[in-house]
Amino acid sequence: MVENTNIFTRAQVHGPPDYGAPLPEGSYPRIGKPFKSYWMGKIGDAQIGPIYLGSYGVASLLAGFIAIEIIGLNMWASVGWDPVEFIRQLPWLALEPPPPEYGLSLPPLNQGGWWLMAGFFLTLSLLLWWVRMYTRARALGLGTHVAWAFMSAIWLYLVLGFIRPIAMGSWSEAVPFGIFPHLDWTAAFSIRYGNLFYNPFHMLSIAFLYGSVLLFAMHGGTVLATSRFGAEREIEQAYDRGTAFERGALFWRWTMGFCANAESIHRWAWWFAVLVPLTGGIGILLTGTVVENWYLWGMKHGLVPPYPETGVADPAAAAMQGAEQ
Amino acid sequence: MKILAWFIGFIFLILTGFMLLTAGWEAPPMDSEQSGFRGTGMVQVSNPRVDPARLQAQLEMVPEISPLPEDGGGPRAGDIYQNVQVLGDLSVARFTRIMQQMTEWVTPEEGCAGCHVLNNLADDSVYRKDVSRHMIRMTQAINSGWENHVQATGVTCYTCHRGQNVPEYTWFNADPAAESGRGLVGWRAGQNRAAEQVGLTSLPEDPFGDYLEGTDEIRIAGRTALPEADKPGTSIQHTEETYALMMHMSTSLDVNCTYCHNSRDFGSWEQSNPARVSAYHGIRMAQTLNLEHVAPVSDLLPPDRLGPTGEGRKVNCTTCHQGVNKPLGGLQMAENFPSLYGESVSSQASAEREEQSGELVSAIPGSGNPVGTAPDSPAGPR
Repeated sequence: MVENTNIFTRAQVHGPPDYGAPLPEGSYPRIGKPFKSYWMGKIGDAQIGPIYLGSYGVASLLAGFIAIEIIGLNMWASVGWDPVEFIRQLPWLALEPPPPEYGLSLPPLNQGGWWLMAGFFLTLSLLLWWVRMYTRARALGLGTHVAWAFMSAIWLYLVLGFIRPIAMGSWSEAVPFGIFPHLDWTAAFSIRYGNLFYNPFHMLSIAFLYGSVLLFAMHGGTVLATSRFGAEREIEQAYDRGTAFERGALFWRWTMGFCANAESIHRWAWWFAVLVPLTGGIGILLTGTVVENWYLWGMKHGLVPPYPETGVADPAAAAMQGAEQ
Repeated sequence: MKILAWFIGFIFLILTGFMLLTAGWEAPPMDSEQSGFRGTGMVQVSNPRVDPARLQAQLEMVPEISPLPEDGGGPRAGDIYQNVQVLGDLSVARFTRIMQQMTEWVTPEEGCAGCHVLNNLADDSVYRKDVSRHMIRMTQAINSGWENHVQATGVTCYTCHRGQNVPEYTWFNADPAAESGRGLVGWRAGQNRAAEQVGLTSLPEDPFGDYLEGTDEIRIAGRTALPEADKPGTSIQHTEETYALMMHMSTSLDVNCTYCHNSRDFGSWEQSNPARVSAYHGIRMAQTLNLEHVAPVSDLLPPDRLGPTGEGRKVNCTTCHQGVNKPLGGLQMAENFPSLYGESVSSQASAEREEQSGELVSAIPGSGNPVGTAPDSPAGPR
């Protein structure tokens, strides 16, 4: 009765490895001899491998490797090829986009040229990996929901590094590749455009993000709480009374009057997750192109409550007035 | 396999330990004080165990100030001594006193020999002597021309020097070669270092050349709701440079952004605290000092005092503030030295000043209203 109340999976299947269905003629083979891992079995399936890469997977890994290599070597060069400094300063290091004066033209290699190249290969890698997700889902006869959810994340990435910079007419608007530098970019971006928290699409994105977290906790909690009655075998239970599934549904109906069903809860979760980068990307795309200062825009449209002024005046404006008189 | 897992776990543990012990964390609890309208996040956070102690340690180092002797109306120092180019209109007693005091402030170890040839005090062969003249003129210019930043407190040599020949916190102009994109790889646009002067962020590490010597535009946020076609926007890079300057100011005064700004709209003056006006004048003061007083001294300095561009050290906010929102907690030293307010005003204006302020006052930050808001002003806490 206590198997699934633990944070780890209590039951593990150890037996002959499952190789899966045979691949169609002419396919790349699946790679790796499968083995069992006790520790992986604690958090998932104990069988590791084989993995199917295929031509798209190989191409994606190659492009990703080139991108990481360009970024990493530039970071290393920026500390004078000192290995200790490279490790010590790693969170601070970055590959920067071109300076503003180059606009959308091709910059020198060492002033953003490498950034463009790294961006190209990283984008290529992501898109190829997307194709792989799509084709693998199709090969298994599945829907392509996971691929489209991934595309939502790729949309935000493309808005930040490709679509918005083009709309603004400068690659310099894009995000640097680096751990702290991309966070500095985020803070500077918000300050430059008058506080991103007043951007309604940023608000939506946050609402969906926190909503995703809430739904995830509700769903995960319900399934674990009812797994003592075998809730993970929900298909067999959906039509019967008194099953784990019905108890889970009744729990929510009795607590909040409404319950999702076994299919719709996953639609809820999928849409909430997908809408996080989707709305976020729209918000980023509108910033600087359509709206200059989100705070003032919010004031103009009654989004922001006005607070009392402090009585402080701009000294520069006072100096200008003094000069005019 | 198991050994590898243990090894990885061990590495993580060590890295976590490093992060907790070396990243400059301060243990809670912190004090926080509301400094603006409720609900707007206008609050000053301070560490009651660290911040007062920092100021206290600085105050304990302050050399004693001898009382100001009466100007007996006798001969002037410039008449008695040779080659007196500054402070020459002081009485001999007052002149000797300020020389003595400057020794304690700037060259406590070398004494008079720090600047003078001992057997001929009029000799100019020690470069520091001529530098001192420039610096005395600078001090006078600050005290008589920048009341909008230094208020009535004023500054003395000690505000920056603190008993050292060269003030501890200064900056050199960055090597332009280091910022340019020479070579094939490794360009970093003058940023992406754990740079102390910008609060250990990866922001551009030299905002000083642009903003505390040059007069680049600091106001980066658009002040209209929608973009204006004829006004090209400010780049993100420029924004980060301004941000770096603000990190420097925040670090050197040990204050939050909300000491000056209302962070919901950084650019808005109407919602700012009065301290922002003081900071506005402080930035312009630093620009003027570096251009008119500090940079010209470069010609006098020996090569080992020069930076990569062949210029000497320059001043920024930390040079005076040193981690305290009012340098030395607002300790009023300058009022004891009327001559540091300028030659022309030294006799008449200083007499008035002496009447107004009698004794040494040391204001500890946090004990009063930290942003100088009048209690009945609309900015006051509600």
